[in-house]
Amino acid sequence: MGFLEYAPAPESRSILQLKDSYGLFINGDFVEGRGGAFDTISPADESRIAAISIGSDEDIDSAVAAARHAHTKVWSKMSGRDRGKYLFRIARLVQERARELAVAESLDNGKPIRESRDVDVPLVAAWFFYYAGWADKLDYAGLGANPRSLGVAGQVIPWNFPLLMLAWKVAPALAAGNTVVLKPAETTSLTALIFAEILQQADLPAGVVNIVTGAGATGASLVRHDDVNKVAFTGSTGVGREIARAVAGTGKSLTLELGGKAANIVFDDAPIDQAVEGIVNGIFFNQGHVCCAGSRLLIQESIHDEVIDRLKTRLSTLRLGDPLDKNTDIGAINSAEQLARIQELSRIGEAEGAERWTAECEIPENGFWFAPTIFTGVETSHRIAREEVFGPVLSVLTFRTPDEAVAKANNTPYGLSAGIWSDKGSRILAVADRLRAGVVWANTFNRFDPSSPFGGYKESGYGREGGAQGLTAYLKGASA
Amino acid sequence: MSARLTVPKTYKLAIGGAFPRSESGRTYEVRSPKGEFLANAAKASRKDARDAVVAARAAQPKWAGATAYNRGQVLYRVAEVLEGRRAQFVDEIVAQQGVSAAAAGAQVDAAIDLWIWYAGWCDKYAQVAGNLNPVAGAYFNISTPEPTGVVAIVAPQSDSLLGLVSAIAPALVSGNTVVAIASEPFPLSAISFAEVLATSDVPGGVVNVLTGAPAEMAPWLADHSDVNAIDLAGAGDIDWVDLQVRAAETLKRVIEPGEILASPQRIAAFTEIKTVWHPKSMA
Repeated sequence: MGFLEYAPAPESRSILQLKDSYGLFINGDFVEGRGGAFDTISPADESRIAAISIGSDEDIDSAVAAARHAHTKVWSKMSGRDRGKYLFRIARLVQERARELAVAESLDNGKPIRESRDVDVPLVAAWFFYYAGWADKLDYAGLGANPRSLGVAGQVIPWNFPLLMLAWKVAPALAAGNTVVLKPAETTSLTALIFAEILQQADLPAGVVNIVTGAGATGASLVRHDDVNKVAFTGSTGVGREIARAVAGTGKSLTLELGGKAANIVFDDAPIDQAVEGIVNGIFFNQGHVCCAGSRLLIQESIHDEVIDRLKTRLSTLRLGDPLDKNTDIGAINSAEQLARIQELSRIGEAEGAERWTAECEIPENGFWFAPTIFTGVETSHRIAREEVFGPVLSVLTFRTPDEAVAKANNTPYGLSAGIWSDKGSRILAVADRLRAGVVWANTFNRFDPSSPFGGYKESGYGREGGAQGLTAYLKGASA
Repeated sequence: MSARLTVPKTYKLAIGGAFPRSESGRTYEVRSPKGEFLANAAKASRKDARDAVVAARAAQPKWAGATAYNRGQVLYRVAEVLEGRRAQFVDEIVAQQGVSAAAAGAQVDAAIDLWIWYAGWCDKYAQVAGNLNPVAGAYFNISTPEPTGVVAIVAPQSDSLLGLVSAIAPALVSGNTVVAIASEPFPLSAISFAEVLATSDVPGGVVNVLTGAPAEMAPWLADHSDVNAIDLAGAGDIDWVDLQVRAAETLKRVIEPGEILASPQRIAAFTEIKTVWHPKSMA
């Protein structure tokens, strides 16, 4: 065994008590979907995990009706204090079942257990804990006294952080007094369904949260439903546009958290070792399946070669493989479809003239995998510099002056996040001011917290999740 | 001796600090409710709308980059100059809308007072809407509102000055620049107001005013990829749902038609919250 080889250290699956098939969670009970079913698989080995129901239009009708009834009769009448107590209960139950949720997430999504255990699930609990405390303090959210809930929220979430995105959507909605119909991503429904069991354990009143699984058609049916008051979506910019069109003229509130192509800017005075760790965390965290990933690395010309050399050395130590192995750094790509997109854009990157470097690592025989890859010599017009790859692929560009860095960073229709690496405080603040992005990480990257608003400028969507801003997205002022 | 012959004003567009005619050469007649001829207002075209967006974009970084204190003073100056021209605005409102001089005066006074209210928000809004966030870790984490960029506005159509002011002022507070389509039947006060802005230290291009048919111009603005937000306050009588559908292509922030309430929420509608993280360390 070499210096950097490790014996396998798989997390046990025995903590899971999975059912062979899962229904939809409507009005407090699991019911069979009327649109058929599909198997959810582990992207690490393509093995079947369980059958998942497909929600039909009628199922969406039932779920929205249950949510409406729960809103009118129960949840909007309940005191903020009691709503908060339910959310605190949920936060605690998530903590109690944290290991089970982490294993299920890594199994179903393909992300390393180290991330699901140390990032995703703890943040889920934190999100519910944070918003629980808001439920009886809505007067201080910024909309004046006695703000009101919007009603029924239709929420559609992506597959990259399945349970965390659920928490980002459900926690503020419930704290504000709304009820919810949530549509998880097709490939990652499992933890949402375990979460439904947690809601039963919490004795949350029936219909306050309804979870309807399925594919795009189920989500489309939800966001178009006439009796939904608020639509919240996280996902691709393309689908976000469709939803914005569908919602036009309906009076529904809408928040969209869409794609990104974040610039991660490294100045020549940056702490290089920390910057290299930040670059790795920025683009290779969660296999790059992160809308705010630092996918465009902008390096000041004078330190380009040094940073790239160190980056390659660091990437050569990353371990790719079994997501349930506690030593794994890079897990599986979530689906065959996503893998194909990453492969296609990488081919285009080579064809357009960028230089490709891929870390040497053994690729497992089954499942969907893509080794960490860097493109150097990328130009701003290249597709890998403009389009969201949503995979472990880093495009490297250079700049000479801070003005050029800012101009290149902002040269994108997206505006979700950005990174700055420099030891000069005044420059960090000036550059942060000029970057057109909703989240700017300076000398760090990919940090998340329930008290910290997250969301984009421009075509990365609108509205914020997290903080008081994330709460007011589910409220209207008393005079409105 | 006969009465003095008056010198009527040519009402043009306001684009980039200049007052051009429509490049299309088109005008339309503005008449009083009794049918008396008042003016030939410019009927702006697609090209004029696009020129206005270019001017607004060019002016945006400097306006947003001015200190909040400075923006507040410049906007306050607008109220001072407007107050000095009160009589002119009263006359124009009486002529266009056919209301009494008292009612017109009340509209001008309300516009001035509202403008001052918003001017005062410039250096306070970020304090009210921003936060230092207590994240779980050794990080400095701060959220602050920033302007969304270029805002297109279909001004309320039912009056000539107050509606326009209600729509423009909240967008300017945080540092946005504006392309406003004036009331189609009552466009004259909007152009006179642009003259007030031009003599109040408001940089050219910060507020651009188009007169003409909202139904013709608004779709170009809703489509335009360099417009960040569109306020449809005065679009209730045109096909505003189509405008909202068009705006979805570039994910513009859209405000649906309706009454404009003077509120910090109106400022918020044209802002983006930016959150900046930095580690804390003694090292």
